[in-house]
This record gives sequence, C-alpha cells and structure tokens, in this order.
Amino acid sequence: MKSEQQYLDLFRGQRDLICQHSVAALNAVRDEAFASFERTGFPSLKEERYRYTDVARAFAPNFGVNLARKQFPVNPDEVFRCDVPNLSTSLAYVVNDQPVFSRPIPFVYSFSEAAEKAPGILEKYYNRLLSPHSSLFTLHSSLSPSLGRVGEGFLNTAFAQDGLLIYVPRNQRMERMLQVVNLLRSNVDLLLFRRVLIVLEEGAEASLLFCDHAMDHSSFLTSQVIEIFCGAGSHLDMYEMEETHTSCRRFSNVYMQVSRDCVVSHNNITLYNGQTRNTIDAVLQGENAEITLNGCVIADKSQQVDNNTLIDHAVPRCTSRELYKYVVDDNAVGAFAGRVLVRPDAQKTSSQETNANLCASNDARMYTQPMLEIYADDVKCSHGSTVGKLDDTALFYMRQRGISEAEARMLLKFAFVGQVIDEIQLQPLRERLHYLVEKRFRGELNKCTGCALCK
Amino acid sequence: MQQKDNNDFVRRVAEEKYKFGFTTDIHTEIIERGLNEDVVRLISAKKEEPEWLLDFRLKAFRYWQTQEQPTWGHLHMPEIDYQAISYYADPTRKKDGPKSADEIDPELMKTFDKLGIPLEERLALSGTAVDAVMDSVSVKTTFKERLAEKNIIFCSISEAVREHPDLVRQYLGSVVPYRDNYFAALNSAVFSDGSFVYIPKNTRCPMELSTYFRINARNTGQFERTLIVCDSDSYVSYLEGCTAPMRDENQLHAAIVEIVVMDNAEVKYSTVQNWYPGDSEGRGGVLNLVTKRGHLRGANSKLSWTQVETGSAITWKYPSCVLTGDNSVAEFYSVAVTNNHQQADTGTKMIHQGRNTRSTIISKGISAGRSQNSYRGLVKIGKNADGARNYSSCDSLLLGDKCGAHTFPYMDVHNNSATVEHEATTSKISEDQLLYCNQRGIPTEEAVGLIVNGYAKDVLNKLPMEFAVEAQKLLSVSLEGTVG
Repeated sequence: MKSEQQYLDLFRGQRDLICQHSVAALNAVRDEAFASFERTGFPSLKEERYRYTDVARAFAPNFGVNLARKQFPVNPDEVFRCDVPNLSTSLAYVVNDQPVFSRPIPFVYSFSEAAEKAPGILEKYYNRLLSPHSSLFTLHSSLSPSLGRVGEGFLNTAFAQDGLLIYVPRNQRMERMLQVVNLLRSNVDLLLFRRVLIVLEEGAEASLLFCDHAMDHSSFLTSQVIEIFCGAGSHLDMYEMEETHTSCRRFSNVYMQVSRDCVVSHNNITLYNGQTRNTIDAVLQGENAEITLNGCVIADKSQQVDNNTLIDHAVPRCTSRELYKYVVDDNAVGAFAGRVLVRPDAQKTSSQETNANLCASNDARMYTQPMLEIYADDVKCSHGSTVGKLDDTALFYMRQRGISEAEARMLLKFAFVGQVIDEIQLQPLRERLHYLVEKRFRGELNKCTGCALCK
Repeated sequence: MQQKDNNDFVRRVAEEKYKFGFTTDIHTEIIERGLNEDVVRLISAKKEEPEWLLDFRLKAFRYWQTQEQPTWGHLHMPEIDYQAISYYADPTRKKDGPKSADEIDPELMKTFDKLGIPLEERLALSGTAVDAVMDSVSVKTTFKERLAEKNIIFCSISEAVREHPDLVRQYLGSVVPYRDNYFAALNSAVFSDGSFVYIPKNTRCPMELSTYFRINARNTGQFERTLIVCDSDSYVSYLEGCTAPMRDENQLHAAIVEIVVMDNAEVKYSTVQNWYPGDSEGRGGVLNLVTKRGHLRGANSKLSWTQVETGSAITWKYPSCVLTGDNSVAEFYSVAVTNNHQQADTGTKMIHQGRNTRSTIISKGISAGRSQNSYRGLVKIGKNADGARNYSSCDSLLLGDKCGAHTFPYMDVHNNSATVEHEATTSKISEDQLLYCNQRGIPTEEAVGLIVNGYAKDVLNKLPMEFAVEAQKLLSVSLEGTVG
C-alpha cells in the first residue's frame, strides 16, 4: 500500500471529527489542502529537494493521531524545566500539538482562542504561504518548476486542528523572549501536526525560542508548519532547537515572507534527534530586507539531518547570509542544500552562503549542495562549502600539550560548531547553547538536570 | 561610455559573427528520416560492422525506447522529434561509381581548408594529426603512418572496428555503458564516426591528436563516438573542435567520448566547442547533448579535461572522471560562454574510488545577452577513497541584466579522511576595473574583452597553444555587442 493511502482514508473517514475539534479558519482551507495532497502525494526521492529524505517511508508506519483532541495528563511546569539561566523568558508549552499556557502571555494565543483575542488574523494569514494560490507558488513555478511541492505541508494543513499564533501588532514589541517548549508526550507511537503562525506587523519586534523535547520513549513523527509574515521594518529573532531522541522524526517546513527593511534571523540547532528534515523557504519581497539563516547540526549513531533552505531575492537591495555547520559521526547522515535565488531585476543583492562539515567517522555520510541561481547582474553572491576531517596538526598540537586525544577531538569539534553559536546575539542563550553543545559532545545530554527522562 | 560607431573592435566582431556558418554544397548520401530497428541495422550494414556491434546497437536501441528524455537540466529544451532526423549522412560517397580510398572530393578539401583544418599533411602544422569528420563519416585522418611507426593507432572508429576489432570490443561501452543515460543509449544505437586512439605502453605520442567535427547536411544529427585508450606509462594530448552551418532549425549532436587511462599514463583532452549557437533571436543552433567520461583505471594515472564552450544553442554535458586507480589525478578546466539566447548546463563529475586520489575543478562561466549559464558538478567520495582530495572553484561573470548564472554543486562524501572544498562567486565586471581601463584610453568593449580574457586565463593557460589563441579570439567574438 502506498504510504499516502492511510492518510487519504483517515481524512475521508474522520473529516467531520477533525473539523469538529478545530476552528473555522482552519476548516476553511482543509478540503483544498487535502485535494492538493491527494494530487501531489509525498515528494519522492527523485524530487530535487528531497533527494536525501524519504518522506513516504517516514510516514508509512501506522502512527496514532489524536484527532479527538484527547488531553494528555501532563503538567509541564512540574515535569520539565527547560531553563536558560539569566534569561528572562515568557514560557509557553505545546504538548504534542496543543498549546498550553500556565499564564497569559502578551501577543501569544492558541488558534482556538484567536478568534476572540486577535480577530481576523487567522482568516487573513493562515495557510496563505502554502495555498496553491499563494504568490510564493506562482513566482516559484515560473522560474523553477521543481520548487513548490510540499506534500507533507498539504497533509499538515489537512489535519492540523490547533496551533500557536504569535501576533505582534504594529510598532509593538515583545518585552521578553518567548520560549515555546514543544513537548512530545504519548504512550503510543504518535503522529502530530504542529502549526505555528507568526505575524509581525509593521515595526514589530519579537524574539522566539522553540525547543523540541520528547517526554516518552514512544516513536514520534512530527509534522510542523511555521508560517511567518514580517511586516515592513519588523525584527524577528528566532531559534529552533531540537533535543529529542532517536525514535523521533521531525518534518518541519518554515515559510517566511519578508517585507522591506526587515531584519530576520533564523537559527536551527539540531542537538539530538532521530530523523530530521527542515525546510526553510524565505521570500524577500521588500527592499533593504536582511535575512540570516544559521544552523548547526550534531549527529551520531544513525541519526539523519537534512536541512533544505531557499532564499528568494524577489526585489533589489536585499542582503542574505547563511551559515550551516555539521558534525556527523558514527553512521549518521547529514544533508544540506541551500539555494539562493536572485530574480531578474533584483539588483544590488548581496548574498553569502557557507556550509562547513566535519565527518568524524568513516561511516558517516555528508551530502551538500550550496546552490546559486542568479538572474540579475549587479549582484555580489558567493558560496563556499567544505567537507573534511579534524585537522591532524591541531590535534597533534594539543596532544603535545598533554590533552588526551578524546578531549582534543571534543575541543576541536566544539570550536567548529562554536562559530554558529557565537552568532547568537543574546548572551545568556549563547552561553546556554555552548553548554548544551559541550554536553552533547561529551555524550551527557540526556543526563541534564530537570529532565523527566532520567529522573 | 565610448561611442560605438568609432569603435573598431565592435565593428570587427560584429562583422565577424559566426564565421563558420557557411554550408558546403556537396552530394551527400542521406538515409531516410526516422528511427527504428531497420535504421539501426542499415547504419550498421553501411559501415560493414560485425555481428557483435550490431547486437550492441540493437540492445542500446531497445533500451532507449523504454526511456524518456530527462528534464532535470536547467534548460528550456525544444521538443526533439527523433523521427524527423536522418541518422546517417555520408558526404564522401560519390554519385557515380565506387570511390577510391585515398581520393577526397575537392569540395571537402576546400571546406576543411576554410575551417582552418588543412587535410594535406604538407600544409598542416606538423605538430598535429587530424581526423576530420563531416556529418556521419570520417573524411581523412592525417599522419596515420607516422603515428603507426610508434604503434599508435589513430583512426576513425569505423576503421578501428574493421582493423582492430578486439581492442574496440574490449573498451567500447566500458566507460559509458549504453544504459548510462537517455542520450548515451541513443548514441550507442546510432553512432557514426568519431576517432579511435590507442597509445601502447611506454609511448609518448609525438604530436597532438585532433578530431574536427563538422555538421553540414540539413536535418541530420551527428552522433559521433570517440574512444581513447592510453596504456601504461604513456601520454597523449587530444584536441577536439567543432562547427556547423547556420540553419533556422535546431540540429542534434549527441556524442559519447570514452577515455581509459592505465597505470602512470596521462591524457589531456581539450575541446573548443563552437557549434552554431543560433541567431540573436534564439532561432536554430545545435543541441549539444554529450556524454564524456574518463576512467582512471591505473595507479598514478592522470586525466585532464579542458573545455572552452562558446557555441551551441543548448549545451548539456558533464565531462567526468572516475578515479579508480590509487593516487590518480583528475582535472577539469572549463570556460563556458553564453550569449543571446544560448543555454548551458555544464560541469563535471569527479567520482573518487581509489586511495589518495585528487581532483581539481576550475569552472568559469560568462553569461551575456539573455542567456542562461549553469554550472552543475558532482564530487563523490566513495567509501574506500581514503585521503581523497577535491578542490572546486566556480565563478560566474554576468554581462547584462537579462542573463542568468547558476551554480549547482553536489558533494557526496562517504569517507571521513577526504577533504572536499567548493567555492563559488557570482558578480559582474567591476566598474572600477572598467574605469581604470577607460582612464588609460582603452575603450569599454576592449576593456571588457581584456577583463574577460584575464578572468578566463586560468583555463586558457591549460589549452595547447594553437587552441589557446583560437579560444581567446572566440571569447571576444562570442561576447560581441554585450556592452553598452
């Protein structure tokens, strides 16, 4: 049986139940998304953007789906503390795909309360970047027909029942960083459809930290779609950190629409996982916008991490920077594809892309594709990419000074990914991540204090 | 900006245009259009081929029929009607009576003279032996006897099939199997002439070997096949040149080049590709869909591809190297120029299998007019390729705001002792450099020529001398009218 079939059957059989436990804005686009999924199915390995991630295979097993919105008995405040010392954050939890607030947080709502607290926003923005009518699509398909197939994104829209809305109105500013802790919690293998909508109106500012954690040892398959709308002159600082376990699969699609004078940075940190696919599509559609995409990946055992980014310079005078670093060990597989598209007339574009990778074992594999697609002449674009091993002379230098080989290797790997962490503006968060990365390399990550798993 | 009217350079290049666009009026025996098993059999029969080769062709043809034309290139390919092409055209066949082997039609001689490829040995530059191929047939191979003194075989592949069947059978399809890709299958089914080179052990080929390909007849395709085998401790430098007349319709050129390099041997393969690129509106031009691959079988072997791509409406090719021998070295140097409506999706594949193998890729793309120029390259480090090393650098230069320059590198690394580096930049000619030249009285167009030549120098330096001069001229001509 094709792996799409069970989802087609499930939707057809349970459509009413899905709609019943959801809100009107989500239900309004459900059928169209389902029709799109029915048409496209999951992207195959022959699709250029999915060469290294077999989506159909990941979605093939029989997972439970919590369509009836059964509440999971969990008090997040008690079981988990994902604390960043010295950083004052507002804390929100998303248990599986259900937002939970212990106290109200300004500008942050669940979809179910959005109609009341931020009227009209869902209707205006929800699913706009995924819809087949979206300008994102039509623009893409005219130049690159290979873009725009997001089978698992359609599936997400068809099944999503709730989600997190972050809506910062015009010229408002989120006082504190918002920390969203995504908890995976289930006794049975679970597929969840997580959804986030971020709308920053003109001049708004927000900084967001998303952490993924698994509370149980079941297998989890997360399908996540984050839509981001940045109004003119807005600032967004966003971090996504994944720290789950080897039975967790994550398919994340981030779609960004960036207007003029925006400053956006997105940081993707994969510390521990099973299989991860992160897709980031950012369209710069206002002049003088600036975008930074950073990422670091630490993978060992049989972990797989595939980051696929697209930065689309649709208008002149925008700047983009991208830095991704991987350390792959044991049998891990790392894949990176970063595509920078400069459209006709997007003159004065400046774009820089760097991808550096360390293969720490002979069985680790790394695939990298930094791509430039340029249709304008007055541009400065460059990319660089390397795959290599630890520097023997540096190792030798440290060994001479009495540092054990294991420690020396750890230090070098730590310094290697440190470059990405150093880009983080917030000092407490930077220090915390340095600490977590070091623990990760020492293999002590799961022993961290406060974690329910090892209590 | 300089006045164009006063500019000699522009006038000269404007007049020059595509100077190889003439046609030769010569009787050519062309078989019926269309492609089916009978055509494959007919081609084989015309070339008096042995049974095994016909089998090879038929297998390839049957495989080809099961395949669909790939679409993944960054190209807008016009639909190719494979039934509207004639697959065999022989300009050497006289209307009346059998021709003698040594007698060449004076028209053909004139044509090649005009192309700068004299077929009379006494007129030719003594440094180069030429195999001249027009449409589907090799017209003449020069200096064969002198090469034979050293036991070097240099002849057309049809002759090689007759004279050295064992060698051909051993190596044909061993580097590019007929199942390799759609166009390779097509070529394997209907290939006509190309060159065969065999350099025996411990031999340094005393002169450059060269093949000149010319498409002349209308509505034909050229499907040449070249096979170069360089045995242990030998060396050869091989050049390839090509031109075609100006025609309004697209012409298909689907070739295969296979190179086998044994222990301690070295092969240099240089191409100056100047097929008709179509007119300034994008009408006509050659579709250049070629599979080129070298297999470095021996230890310490070396293969170097150098290509200057200025012609063709569409260029879709990736001269590749499979580095199997330990310590083998592969190089790829490329300048690809596209102007007007030309499209190029070209690059290389470096597949490292042996230990301590090294590869270098230097690619320079220049796009002008409304053209699209893509670099696509794969560097694959196999599991056993300990200590493999690759360095790739691809730069793109944009002349004009309607063209595109794209880079699609793929790096697949399966061995942690490998070091793979890739870097790419895209930019236009800097105003500062232009101003500097202008200040010194160099007109803008000439300055662009200078800067482009300087930009491509890393690659042009790798070409044999005669070719380098031609390539430099070609660069200027190809970029005609791109400034101002």
